[in-house]
Amino acid sequence: MSYLPNILFAMALIIGVGYFVKNVKKLIRNIKLGHDVDVSDNKSQRWKNMAMIALGQTKMIRRPIAGILHVIVYVGFIVINIEVLEIIIDGLFGTHRLFSAIGKPYDVLIGIFEILAVLVFISVILFWMRRNMIKLKRFWKPEMTSWPKNDGNFILYFEMVLMTLFLVMNATDVHFQNMNSGNVVSQFIAPFFSSLSETTVHVIERAAWWMHILGILVFLNYLYFSKHLHILLAFPNTYYGSLKPKGQFDNLEAVTKEVKLMMDPNIDPFAAPVEGTSTDTPAKFGASDVQDLNWVQLLNAYTCTECGRCTSECPANQTGKKLSPRKIMMDTRDRLEEVGKNIDLNKGTFKEDGKQLLDDYITREELWACTSCNACVEACPVSINPLSIIIDMRRYLVMEQSAAPTELNSMITNIENNGAPWPYNQMDRLNWKNE
Amino acid sequence: MSELLNVPTMADFMAQGKQPEVLFWVGCAGSFDDRAKKITKAFVKLLNKANVEFAVLGTEESCTGDPAKRAGNEFLFQMQAVTNIEVLNAYDIKKIVTACPHCFNTIKNEYPGLGGNYEVMHHTQFLKTLLDEGRLTIEGGQFKGKRITFHDPCYLGRANNVYEAPRDLIKKLEAELIEMKNCKRTGLCCGAGGAQMFKDAEKGNKEVNIERTEQALEIKPEIIAAGCPFCNTMMTDGVKAKDKEKDLPVMDIAELIANAQDL
Ligand code: SF4
Ligand code: SF4
Repeated sequence: MSYLPNILFAMALIIGVGYFVKNVKKLIRNIKLGHDVDVSDNKSQRWKNMAMIALGQTKMIRRPIAGILHVIVYVGFIVINIEVLEIIIDGLFGTHRLFSAIGKPYDVLIGIFEILAVLVFISVILFWMRRNMIKLKRFWKPEMTSWPKNDGNFILYFEMVLMTLFLVMNATDVHFQNMNSGNVVSQFIAPFFSSLSETTVHVIERAAWWMHILGILVFLNYLYFSKHLHILLAFPNTYYGSLKPKGQFDNLEAVTKEVKLMMDPNIDPFAAPVEGTSTDTPAKFGASDVQDLNWVQLLNAYTCTECGRCTSECPANQTGKKLSPRKIMMDTRDRLEEVGKNIDLNKGTFKEDGKQLLDDYITREELWACTSCNACVEACPVSINPLSIIIDMRRYLVMEQSAAPTELNSMITNIENNGAPWPYNQMDRLNWKNE
Repeated sequence: MSELLNVPTMADFMAQGKQPEVLFWVGCAGSFDDRAKKITKAFVKLLNKANVEFAVLGTEESCTGDPAKRAGNEFLFQMQAVTNIEVLNAYDIKKIVTACPHCFNTIKNEYPGLGGNYEVMHHTQFLKTLLDEGRLTIEGGQFKGKRITFHDPCYLGRANNVYEAPRDLIKKLEAELIEMKNCKRTGLCCGAGGAQMFKDAEKGNKEVNIERTEQALEIKPEIIAAGCPFCNTMMTDGVKAKDKEKDLPVMDIAELIANAQDL
């Protein structure tokens, strides 16, 4: 009988972690639906980027208020998690505050946790106010209704509750309070429970302890469905982020092949295809759905924190156009999830569902409003590149569907005919010299 | 004036069996757009003044393919790129300077993958080197003490992290360099990039160039400096829309320097 709590705890842990692992596997499978892309270069720079941008939060603090609050919550999150390790061991083996055996350092540590818990609590309240009372513009864009809006708040409530439980757990731990060391914050909460009987206080302590750890397990499993996934994916995402100058777009290899063929005078364009080569399935140019993107772009979509820094810097969005780079990322993730579910339902293969990323999620109007200015890429605190998806989708529209806006078609014809985007003759290119 | 311009072509150099120090890539805007042609000439005057042995491709130059690529036509882009690279490599070009950040970005970043490897400079970087090497001197002249703000071209700034060269040049004019609230890394686009120059904007509540012009007007500059022919057009239009074209000229950095010396 006395082992019941241990068994229950172990079961909760197995279910919590097990379900999480299952979803992580799904996540990896979905990301791998994307094309392969070579990111094996310059490992040292990649590690450096991850250390600076994800671990060091260098891009977060470019906006100082949100940045500092975020650093507090982030540090709090990582540090307080040391406590979770103790909770897990205690829970499995029926010990109580096992680590306290190390003496003074333990008290110092718990003291730090308690202070951090308060700071996190305050920061989270401020975050909530920015979203719901000050109503910062970037949190009230059209793509931030329903789930995305609630998601943002749920995460904040979760953190408030977890921090409260942590402090209550410490405050009602009579033994811990009697040691009177390390309880820097909880000693001020303890008096609220002093009128209660010892048993009641103990029950509250146990309840807080259980709810704290169960809450953490629930939160862990919430990640996959939430923008909060960034706390994990920010690391690989900053590692795999582009190292090239932002202005450099990739040169489509499939196109290079065809262009080389067309320009090679030794190849007879009318010759019958050499046997064996014609079996190549013709490459699809650009992207109309998530499977046409590369896996880093899909990782980007899962990593997006929906912070809207990209959208708030976007010239098109600022001037009232429909385009919002954040929405591009959210749509990509939503569609990818839909495709993933489809695969789950159909025993591992995707069944045509008559939908795609283009038109059903991202409209042409959005795609054509982009100035390719890279403001979104520069602004993103976790190295996401919404522009690359926009360009890949334009490529599909132009090369597969010939569906560029009319004016762009005349620009393109001009370049084809005269080597300039305007209808001037190439032979007149040096006329300026004598004008 | 025009007879003073010395603009040799690569073909001329070839005929004499010589190589120029640098190839000046003029670009489509610089060749055909009336406003941009003035920038081209201003830059050539500076090159002449500094005795730089440069050449242009002239009629052998063709669009880099930038607008096609940004519009999604990778085919046309690569056709243009491969054709240009053939010409450039045939002349054994090593170093290129251009006054257009779009040409700069494309040749510098996207041509190497297709076999075109060159040292590429934006004209502000090139002018800065001429200055550092003592081949060109800049006096403030008429711009001394003037309030000048610099509008960062996206394809020079964010795209390639060049923020200081144009600013250093403005400071050399002994002008007062003032910054808009969005500058350098957070500079706001003029609205022309990504092939927008060649189409109407999507429905919205404002034009991007108006938004940018308003940002400039907020800090009351006497001159808006630009480093891109497309930004120049957009900002000029913006200033016109605000009825300020009489007292707020939009000028390229090369023009500022050339005018300062009454070239
Ligand atoms: S690159 Fe496109 S989407 Fe990104 S900020 Fe600029 S205009 Fe907006
Ligand atoms: S793409 Fe980056 S900047 Fe934009 S909402 Fe997502 S995380 Fe924020």
